Amino acid sequence: MRTKALPRLLFLVAGITWVSLLFTDLLIVFSVRSNIEPGLPVWLPGVLFNLFLVSLYYFYKFRLDREEQFNFVDLLWRVFATGLVITVISLLLRLIDYLPGTSKLTNLLIYVEATYIISLGLISGFLMASFIVWKRLILYQKSKWLLRLWNFFEAGLLVALVYNSLELPDADWIYNILMGILIVTGLVLSANMKWVAYLNFRQKLTSLLLLLLAIFYVMYLFYTTNSQAIAAFGEGTGFVDHRTHILFQSLFIFVTIYSVFSFLVILFNLPTTSVFEQKLEEVVNFQRISQSVQTEQNEESVYNILLETSMSTVFADAGWLEIKDNDHDHRLFTSHISEKEANEIIEHFRKEHVTGVLDQSQDKTKGLSKHLASLRGSRFRSILAFPIYVKGKDIGTLALLKELADGFNREMTKIVSAFANQAGISIENFRLLEEALQSERYKEELKIAKTVQKSLLPQVLSEHEDFELAAFSESADEVGGDYYDTLRISDTQSALIVADVSGKGTTAAFHMSQMKGIFHSLAQSCLPPEEFMIRTNRALANCLGRGSFISATFFMINTQEKKVNYSRAGHCPLLYYSAFDKTARYLKDKGVALGMVRNNTYDKFIEAYSFAYQPNDVMVLYTDGITEAKNTKGDEYGYDRLLDAMLEVKDRSARDIQEHLINRLYEFTGTENINDDYTTMIVKFR
Amino acid sequence: MVQIKRIQEDGTDIIIPIGEIDASSSIELDLTIAKSVGEGFTKILIDCSTLEYISSAGLGVFMSYIEEFSDKSIKMVLFGMNDKVLNTFEILGLSELLTIVKTKDEAKQKV
Repeated sequence: MRTKALPRLLFLVAGITWVSLLFTDLLIVFSVRSNIEPGLPVWLPGVLFNLFLVSLYYFYKFRLDREEQFNFVDLLWRVFATGLVITVISLLLRLIDYLPGTSKLTNLLIYVEATYIISLGLISGFLMASFIVWKRLILYQKSKWLLRLWNFFEAGLLVALVYNSLELPDADWIYNILMGILIVTGLVLSANMKWVAYLNFRQKLTSLLLLLLAIFYVMYLFYTTNSQAIAAFGEGTGFVDHRTHILFQSLFIFVTIYSVFSFLVILFNLPTTSVFEQKLEEVVNFQRISQSVQTEQNEESVYNILLETSMSTVFADAGWLEIKDNDHDHRLFTSHISEKEANEIIEHFRKEHVTGVLDQSQDKTKGLSKHLASLRGSRFRSILAFPIYVKGKDIGTLALLKELADGFNREMTKIVSAFANQAGISIENFRLLEEALQSERYKEELKIAKTVQKSLLPQVLSEHEDFELAAFSESADEVGGDYYDTLRISDTQSALIVADVSGKGTTAAFHMSQMKGIFHSLAQSCLPPEEFMIRTNRALANCLGRGSFISATFFMINTQEKKVNYSRAGHCPLLYYSAFDKTARYLKDKGVALGMVRNNTYDKFIEAYSFAYQPNDVMVLYTDGITEAKNTKGDEYGYDRLLDAMLEVKDRSARDIQEHLINRLYEFTGTENINDDYTTMIVKFR
Repeated sequence: MVQIKRIQEDGTDIIIPIGEIDASSSIELDLTIAKSVGEGFTKILIDCSTLEYISSAGLGVFMSYIEEFSDKSIKMVLFGMNDKVLNTFEILGLSELLTIVKTKDEAKQKV
């Protein structure tokens, strides 16, 4: 609302000041004619004219200077349109002179004065409009320095305005200096023609026409005003002459100079426009290739864009892009040439042992065209070929063809070379992006697997009056397959298991869940441990993937007989502390891991053992993540350290023992980030 | 990381893994053995004297060939293991399923 109201208000102010100017001047003329003192101050017309100019300036500033989006031709068009309207009005006024029966009117003093003021108003409007537009054009791509100069110029104009109002007597030298400064500044500013370069050929032609008409308007209006002023002066004294108004003159000179300069610069730039346009096209094409990486869904689109853009940039008649997927396979993207034709040319070069296709040097590519001439039946006479490198690896060739002999000049060779480089980077970026997405997906998968694995481990261990339990398990970044579980089958029978699934990642997590299922279904039926293992092995043989296996130790604790029955299937040997002997040892029994033997001979590889337990005995179940944990020197934690650590706290509770073991492990490794899964379960008998 | 070499002596293929075999490098071991089988060798020796560490995935590779080899009557013998590596084989019970000997000469006699 404000933005619209303000120009209207300014226009109104301009109108009022102009009408006041008209009446003031007329009054002065009449007064002088009638030999009466005008009764008005002498400075009034000058000040009114100044006010008129200032309000015009702001009016156009608000109308033309505020738009953020603009194009140059539109701006010029506005100048032209303003000029057209003003000129038409001026011409109509002049027409009255020639109409029959108007001589009486035209001879009237009041008429002469009025037409002069009208013309003055019109030309002022046109000059001000042009001034604002020229300002925008000059300040296109402005520098700090340029902006300062422009501000200086405007300040100078303001000084001129004030000077004019003052009506200083005998101050011609000030007038001359001020005028000189303004003209020189205007000239320097007029050298800023950067906007011309951004016009295309069509726009330049339009601009030329518009500028020519603008020059014509300004000349015509000036001539009209001037002749009317002379006519008015011829009529007698009393006229207020505004022609010497310094701001008015400076504006006129500046607008004329810049119009003529622009016209000439555009005119002389016409022949080179196509070069500039081509350069611009190249830049745009480069951008397209870079952007295609983000927007395109697949590599093929990137290849096609590369081919199209490089062809259009050097005006090639045809082209192809050969991408080597591996040593044997290659894909061909063609444009305006059949695959057969392209293959013929490639084959021809191969036969001739031309290596230039892979060479970037100018001579070699020239040599290519020579060899092309020896291929019969080919419509092409010039060829340009460049390798495309991704991470220093040659992944393919970009070849461009022309039907014209010597169709590619040095400049084009450089451009295509640059294109090939850019394409390499684009393709590399595209692949990196793909990889990043892949790894992101993989990480997400691992996260899920890790959650699954965690949830498979029991939250509560089923303890007994005869023994207490404590367990700890931690997995590395990559999901592993450590598993432990407990099941109280009856008042006197409890089952315990600790297992390690080979491999890592989601597969390990899935195998672990299978193991859990088997444990909970088989342990229910209170099987002897070796039978449990044989059945588990049979079940797993059909589930585990090739090369996967599970090491496990299964325990049945019989609290009635105070006995432990167990079977070890390739799992880490049990660490057992006997309170009676006051010694600890590893029980290294025989037994092959589950899934290693997948036929019915597994019973030969698994055995059952048993021992009687006594109060205060300790069983340490663990996975190899503990014994194989390394310190910074690369030493493994090993069996001895584990045994020693256990002995240190053998008399404490299961929870204390477990915590101590893990703390000792961390002390050894120096970190809690052990690069493997590690699990321990402590059984302390009471 | 592992580097795997192969040499042939009197119709016997000797595979020499150098370094550590973990989950990722076990694939390489698998490919090497598969290649040897593909080339028609029926006597395969694995020289473990330069093998510093083997993970469960690496052991899985040896394991996965046991049945195939007995079906095709291909003989595979491992030799020259250090104690630590041998311990890993033993704990898992793989030493009962594979032929593991101390020296190369013993190994040659076994195949």
